[in-house]
Amino acid sequence: MIAADHSAYSYLTAYQTLVTSLPGRDLPWLQQLRGEALQAFAERGFPGVGEEDWRYTALSVLNKTVFAPVTAQQVDLDWLNSYRLDDAACAVLVNGRFSSALSVLNGWDGVTVSALSELLADNPAVVETMLGQAVTSCEHNLVAFNNAWFADGVVVRVVANAQIDKPLQILHVVTDAQALAVTRNLFVVNDHADIEIIETYIGINEAYFTAAINEVLLGCNADLTLSKVQLEGGKAQHFGGTYVRQAPDSRFAHHNFALGGLLARSDIHSDLAQASECTLNGLFVASGRQHLDNHTRINHAKPHGISREFYKGVLDQRARGVFQGRVIVAEHAQHTDSEMNNRNLLLSSDAEVDTKPQLEIYADDVKCSHGVTVGQLEDKSVFYLQSRGVDEATARNILTFAFANEMVDKVENAELKSLLLKELLVRFPAMSL
Amino acid sequence: MTKRMLSIKNLHVSINDKAILKGLTLDINPGEVHAVMGPNGAGKSTLSHVLSGKPGYTVTEGSVSYNGKDLLDMDPEIRAREGVFLAFQYPVEIPGVSNIYLLKAALNAMRKHKGLPEVDAMDFLTLVKGKVKLLQMDEKFLYRAVNEGFSGGEKKRNEILQAAVLEPNLCILDETDSGLDIDALRIVAEGVNSLRSPERSFLMITHYQRLLDYIKPDVVHVLADGRIVKSGGPALALELEEKGYGWLEGQAA
Repeated sequence: MIAADHSAYSYLTAYQTLVTSLPGRDLPWLQQLRGEALQAFAERGFPGVGEEDWRYTALSVLNKTVFAPVTAQQVDLDWLNSYRLDDAACAVLVNGRFSSALSVLNGWDGVTVSALSELLADNPAVVETMLGQAVTSCEHNLVAFNNAWFADGVVVRVVANAQIDKPLQILHVVTDAQALAVTRNLFVVNDHADIEIIETYIGINEAYFTAAINEVLLGCNADLTLSKVQLEGGKAQHFGGTYVRQAPDSRFAHHNFALGGLLARSDIHSDLAQASECTLNGLFVASGRQHLDNHTRINHAKPHGISREFYKGVLDQRARGVFQGRVIVAEHAQHTDSEMNNRNLLLSSDAEVDTKPQLEIYADDVKCSHGVTVGQLEDKSVFYLQSRGVDEATARNILTFAFANEMVDKVENAELKSLLLKELLVRFPAMSL
Repeated sequence: MTKRMLSIKNLHVSINDKAILKGLTLDINPGEVHAVMGPNGAGKSTLSHVLSGKPGYTVTEGSVSYNGKDLLDMDPEIRAREGVFLAFQYPVEIPGVSNIYLLKAALNAMRKHKGLPEVDAMDFLTLVKGKVKLLQMDEKFLYRAVNEGFSGGEKKRNEILQAAVLEPNLCILDETDSGLDIDALRIVAEGVNSLRSPERSFLMITHYQRLLDYIKPDVVHVLADGRIVKSGGPALALELEEKGYGWLEGQAA
């Protein structure tokens, strides 16, 4: 019986002492939300492969290890700074706690960035209007876990009509073995406003667990470009969910780069309103025994929505990739225009990808397409490069790099693009472009 | 006696145990242009593939010496770095890799092989742009993905552009005339002719005499059933055009 799961029980036991350190203890509405979440977690523990949305991803490490919050002793600043974007404001979370000392957030108009823990103390009514608006514990039990355990996060509020030129980077850093970092970010982009946010996840090469959720509320004709660069340490467990509610005519573009971690799962879910646009791009690159799972859901609830989804996977050695892409077109969502594409490259005979596009269309006047491919590098392409003097290993790297680079090319932020190119070149060494 | 550039002796090659080349012998001296003609299925493309090191072919007998070295012993990229260039009959499309990237990677691989430093970025651009002009190509081609969406003529011109940049010693043209209209054929032929030099040799593999109107060979060979069955001067090609290949098939060299 899952309810008796050893690890869920251990987490619940640890929660009794942990709870005093969590923010918002005096807020009845939050206590109720946390209480319900805890109840759901107590009943079923972490999601299991018996659940359809989790059938390819077993959370066995989470079920065997009890990760716990750790206060960071020290942060390697050179390492941290090497992931900072120069042309961006930067909010830093260390082991899941906001660090004002490491963050650079001054001199910014039209946008307010706050630590969730501070906002819960200073102005909880604001948080109450946002928290739980885009996702609830009913989604699955990692959301419930996050609801019960979140310790901090970043709240971004963009005032109506503001065009924010400077992007915001949210840098998640884990510095200690066995650490548990549970964060909740809330992004509210009000009507006609426009902002770019970049999430970067880094951590030491030890086992730890990041469970980060973003709730995103986009106003009418608002525009958010959100990029996720997941470069967790090689032994890390990572769950990152982004849940979006789009108002009419809003535009949401997401770039999901899953490169790190031992086991990492991303949820990217968006609910569209009338004439909203949603673009989901993704690249997962795994080797060794990495397991990278990407779960997307685009819900066309109203007419005239547009969605474009393109994910690519590169799997080497014994790595496993998962792409689940679900598009729902409701009965009244006429004139929906939706495309989904997932292309995968297997570099070894032991690598595996599970890809599952799901289209659920209840309207009759829509344009929806999807396509999936799984393949290997073509021998004729490798030979063509060899015939021009390039050795076989480099030829394979060039071709793999080119395959992956198509997704990097879709990123407009030049600084972010060059950071990603660097990461790809480390994995597939070849002459840089 | 001049030093041979390429010396193929009694070459036997099979694919999946099926014999394709059955004792082919051919010598090429520096600066010479040789045409190998023959009917479909004679083994023309097999010859070009086996010389460039394409996997899937088994040499069961014979030898190929290139500038005194055993060519068959070299990996494909080493052959390329040693100056053997194959212009493909069907150039491969490589999405995501720009032409200029491939040219630079290839040129630097050659230079490294020769113990030379990487090419200077400005020098490289000047060199490549000069060659682009020579082949009457648009500079935009440099920044497009290798052969992706190119027309047949553009692909063949692109092959010759690569040869022009890499300056090989032995240039193998595999059915370079196939799929070209007359204007494209002329431009490609002019490109090839501009590469002719006393040190550079060509092995042209073609089904038709048409190409030889534009690129004058020194020697013409007829390949039939895996062997060279007849060799001669340029006049042989005209004779073939008139009589076809039937009268030569089954004949020993």
